[in-house]
Amino acid sequence: LEGASSHSFASSPSHSDDCLQDFIYQPIAIMTHQYPALTTEQKKELQEIAQRIVAPGKGILAADESTGSMAKRLNPIGVENTEENRRLYRQLLFTADERINSCIGGVIFFHETLYQSTDDGTPFVKLIKDKGIVVGIKVDKGVVPLAGTNGETTTQGLDGLSERCAQYKKDGADFAKWRCVLKISETTPSALAIMENANVLARYASICQQNGIVPIVEPEILPDGDHDLKRCQYVTEKVLAACYKALSDHHVYLEGTLLKPNMVTAGHSCPTKYGCGEIGMATVTALRRTVPPAVTGVTFLSGGQSEEEASINLNAINTCPLIKPWALTFSYGRALQASALNAWRGAKDNEKSATEEFIKRAQANGLAAQGKYMSSGTGGAAAQSLYVANHAY
Amino acid sequence: MTHQYPALSPEQKKALATIAQRIVAPGKGILAADESTGTMGKRLQKINVENTEENRRTFRDLLFSVDASISESVGGVIFFHETLYQKSNTSVPFPKLVKDKGIVVGIKVDKGTAGLNGTDDETTTQGLDGLSERCAQYKKDGCDFAKWRCVLKISGCCPSALSIAENANVLGRYASICQQNGLVPIVEPEILPDGDHDLQRCQYVTEKVLAAVYKALSDHHVYLEGTLLKPNMVTAGHSCTKKYTPEEVAMATVSALRRTVPAAVPGICFLSGGQSEEEASLNLNAINQTPLHKPWKLTFSYGRALQASALAAWKGRAENKKAAQDAFCTRAKINGLASKGEYKPTGQADQAAMKSLYTASYNY
Repeated sequence: LEGASSHSFASSPSHSDDCLQDFIYQPIAIMTHQYPALTTEQKKELQEIAQRIVAPGKGILAADESTGSMAKRLNPIGVENTEENRRLYRQLLFTADERINSCIGGVIFFHETLYQSTDDGTPFVKLIKDKGIVVGIKVDKGVVPLAGTNGETTTQGLDGLSERCAQYKKDGADFAKWRCVLKISETTPSALAIMENANVLARYASICQQNGIVPIVEPEILPDGDHDLKRCQYVTEKVLAACYKALSDHHVYLEGTLLKPNMVTAGHSCPTKYGCGEIGMATVTALRRTVPPAVTGVTFLSGGQSEEEASINLNAINTCPLIKPWALTFSYGRALQASALNAWRGAKDNEKSATEEFIKRAQANGLAAQGKYMSSGTGGAAAQSLYVANHAY
Repeated sequence: MTHQYPALSPEQKKALATIAQRIVAPGKGILAADESTGTMGKRLQKINVENTEENRRTFRDLLFSVDASISESVGGVIFFHETLYQKSNTSVPFPKLVKDKGIVVGIKVDKGTAGLNGTDDETTTQGLDGLSERCAQYKKDGCDFAKWRCVLKISGCCPSALSIAENANVLGRYASICQQNGLVPIVEPEILPDGDHDLQRCQYVTEKVLAAVYKALSDHHVYLEGTLLKPNMVTAGHSCTKKYTPEEVAMATVSALRRTVPAAVPGICFLSGGQSEEEASLNLNAINQTPLHKPWKLTFSYGRALQASALAAWKGRAENKKAAQDAFCTRAKINGLASKGEYKPTGQADQAAMKSLYTASYNY
């Protein structure tokens, strides 16, 4: 705020250690007066968009793989990473029939895809919107290193973001997504990584809302490492607490946001294996301690989980017997598309069966988002009993 | 911050969570009977009673020796230090008297406000020195929860960033120390109702203050399931020219809490501030009827709003004891109903009419 310097309060770290205490006193100007960031109408619109995306039984198809990421998906199935192949692949997802209307509330696009069309010339955006599904757009520009840290990053993309959002809104997008990345190791995440990523997420969210776009806030903590479930829960709680403080500081309207976090899981190389009940309990506990009830929905990323794992875990989250004041659903990329990609392998004759694979996973996750998914092999009652034993104090 | 050094064992956490849930069990709230000696002086002066230790004891005895059915509406009582070591007319120690009714005993542990230099008369709260040892002793002497009050105010330039950060931090320290000693900390960041600001301004400031408080609690590794929050309701300032209905107060209050208080917090026990007994009950009732998802208990921690009629009926005379006790029990019952949204004062509109009042005041 201009002219507020007489009451601004800044503290510089007194020594170079990583103590979080040094970052508690942020330079914040007078905060006694509100300068409303949004009008009532703007807030209403944002909240309604968010609610539509996470309506009961619905989640998000994350189809926003960048060109580089698409290479990693297409190479294993022997398909060349061309613009046309990327278009053909997204087409077989987006032309799924009306069965996905009741389980997909939003699709996240990559910039290139937003301006592509079907074989008969229908813009993808129109195709999706006509199904009653909300169109979203990935707006970050990837990670960049934080110098002086142990390989940690922040995410760039703020420059000209407001103008880009305004254009995306005109072009049919009603929500956006921005991914920050943190990792667990002996020395990470550092206080800087937590604070910087929380801050950049809040700037992004604030700018989106100014342009009528619901920001999905994604502070992903990678599953790499041998840490156990408790460690992931602890770190997730610290990261999310920082995120919501930053969102408050940046005057972000929480009802008009969604959160896209990792589930709380052990690291990939952790020798201890945990059941879905434990994952559900640890995840819900972490969220209950940090995510204000005003947040409309939590849409989990699937990270490195298999399709079935991601559905089972989402189901366990939804059947966890604690009060969960937000929608708890999916925003899956690989966990919705792996089988579809495998079925397609780039062949036109395989398109129908590939689309069917996608529809199957979408329906499974739609049920999981309501705690109604019955995977063959998990007894419902057996899973329930895990909760009592593993209540995560 | 990557490794956890668990502040509490699972057993300690379980004990704290259980205590907190007992205090805010359905239909129950807190009697704040922790007025300091000076504050009791103000209460007694109004009814022309001398502020002696015996008079303070007699009045608290009046409250604590009501019928055990009071425990249907009162889950916890906050004591002042002096009172914790006083006895009833029948020589029963007050903590025992209260506990035997199934009510949890709490203790005020702060040592009052202290000035923040360089601010516009803002304050922090002192009392951290030796707090751990004091908490351990209070636990031995029958307490299971504690209370610490911080104070902020709204004005042209307040609350300042320092005031918010400092009070949030001291609440974080206090809460952490309490939990180490088996006491559930009630966290009270009171924003005074003094001033002419409107409802929206109070809501905005309350959201900023509570966001800072919960960040501090996270930084201090406080176990939220073993805490309670004692905030102000969101109201306009006392000298605000615009008047607001209970539904507007309720909507603003619940919105602010939904934006800041994690669902893990088991209960929110409002202070009554300067509200009258009836106002405090109507507002609490409206808060509980607000058609938004409210994942915590929303109840009372009232001092004046539970005791005003009792004091006025008592006037320091033994022959008025029953009338005073009846007045207290009546308010307790009413607030117990209000904490479930079931208080039906005569003359209130029907359900449908009430609903439309909330819709009209929905707060984006």
